[in-house]
Amino acid sequence: MKMPAETEALSDNALVDEVLAGKRRALARLITMIENQDPAAVDTLSKLYKHTGRAHIIGITGPPGSGKSSLVTKLTTEYRKRGRTVGIICVDPSSPFTGGALLGDRIRMQEHSLDDDVFMRSMGTRGHLGGLARATSDAVKAIDASGKNVILVETVGAGQSEVEIIEIAHTVLLTDTPSTGDDIQAIKAGIMEIADIFVVNKMDLAGADKKVLEINAMLDLDTSNRSWRPPVLMTNARTGEGVEELVDRLEEHHKYLKESGMLEEKGLKRSREELRDIMELRLTKELMSALQGRKEYEAAIHRIADRDEDPYTVAQRLIAEFLADYQKKKKVKRDV
Amino acid sequence: MSSSRKIRVIIAKPGLDGHDRGAKVVARALRDAGMEVIYTGLRQTPEMIVRAAVDEAADVVGLSILSGAHTALFPRIMELLKKEGVENVLVIAGGIIPEDDIPELKKVGIAEVFGPGTPLNEIVDYIKSNVKL
Repeated sequence: MKMPAETEALSDNALVDEVLAGKRRALARLITMIENQDPAAVDTLSKLYKHTGRAHIIGITGPPGSGKSSLVTKLTTEYRKRGRTVGIICVDPSSPFTGGALLGDRIRMQEHSLDDDVFMRSMGTRGHLGGLARATSDAVKAIDASGKNVILVETVGAGQSEVEIIEIAHTVLLTDTPSTGDDIQAIKAGIMEIADIFVVNKMDLAGADKKVLEINAMLDLDTSNRSWRPPVLMTNARTGEGVEELVDRLEEHHKYLKESGMLEEKGLKRSREELRDIMELRLTKELMSALQGRKEYEAAIHRIADRDEDPYTVAQRLIAEFLADYQKKKKVKRDV
Repeated sequence: MSSSRKIRVIIAKPGLDGHDRGAKVVARALRDAGMEVIYTGLRQTPEMIVRAAVDEAADVVGLSILSGAHTALFPRIMELLKKEGVENVLVIAGGIIPEDDIPELKKVGIAEVFGPGTPLNEIVDYIKSNVKL
């Protein structure tokens, strides 16, 4: 594959400077490079890293059709009213068969499409599970470095286990609508447990009060002594009703995180996970490139399939060999 | 093409007509051809379309129009794209566009115009062989 044109046209440093200056075209290009796993993206991100960690990152998750995109639009309106700049990432599913995607979240965000202080990007999952795309976390960093105060990340609205958002968001907002499911839905594990704020959207529909009661009842049963009890709010994302209070609560949660030391704690946890993920990825890559195409490797796979060897022993042996080789190479380097 | 390099396409309806059946059919076909299609919805101004092309780092912009305002709107869109420094993007059009208008549109930078009845795979193939990745 030849290098994408954008990396030829802009040197790393120029791209870093332009992203830091908040140039939206540079930011958009960098996100594309991240999505395409362009090696130059890693260099750029490592230079931008020290400029990240300033934005309040908010995840919006919930079932399809519960009004996530509309709510993101109204949240943006309210944050802009309060003088905050906003970055938005909306994740939609990619087809597992063709890899294609129809990304339709811009349709509902037209009212901000000409605001220079709002940057909005649509993203396909490209085969990644968990409710986000693989590129989402790095794209958030890029937007953070570009100086946006608040970053809204809307997940794929698929099901009950799209919980990856807690890894990157400071505050997770869970949307639901009246009359979805019975009260058992509210005590299932997974997505209900990750919310910092619950929103019952479409409050004009019948059953909204009941839904609020059910969620509150579930929260009453929580024995885990959390010092933040997630508030349960009602909104109408079409008219904007309830959104002002929602933003008050979002800001309150951010303040709570800062004052309780939780923000620092979350950051540390995030850094630990991120470092581990990057090392895992790199190690796997090195290991596989050392093994790929080697006769012993292919032979071992056949022996496993024939039940002459078991995969556990083979894995242990191959890793031991790889590490020994790695040590040797390091030694040679040191001796030179 | 590497599987990690996806073609990103904006499908937009500039102007005031409210008919987007054709745009949606094309969007679906491009999706099924493995592209990432960002559908912006109805009644887009040239400014909104260009902003979407910039933020989404689009490789292709597909404009669908039935109102007859193409001779006014398309040149404006091309002018704004140039102003924003977006020059690598492939701009194509579809809808009701009289033959006589096509040369003028091509002069301002619209790469191709696909009229009613164009087989969908013709559009897919055209994009795949002309997109500047």
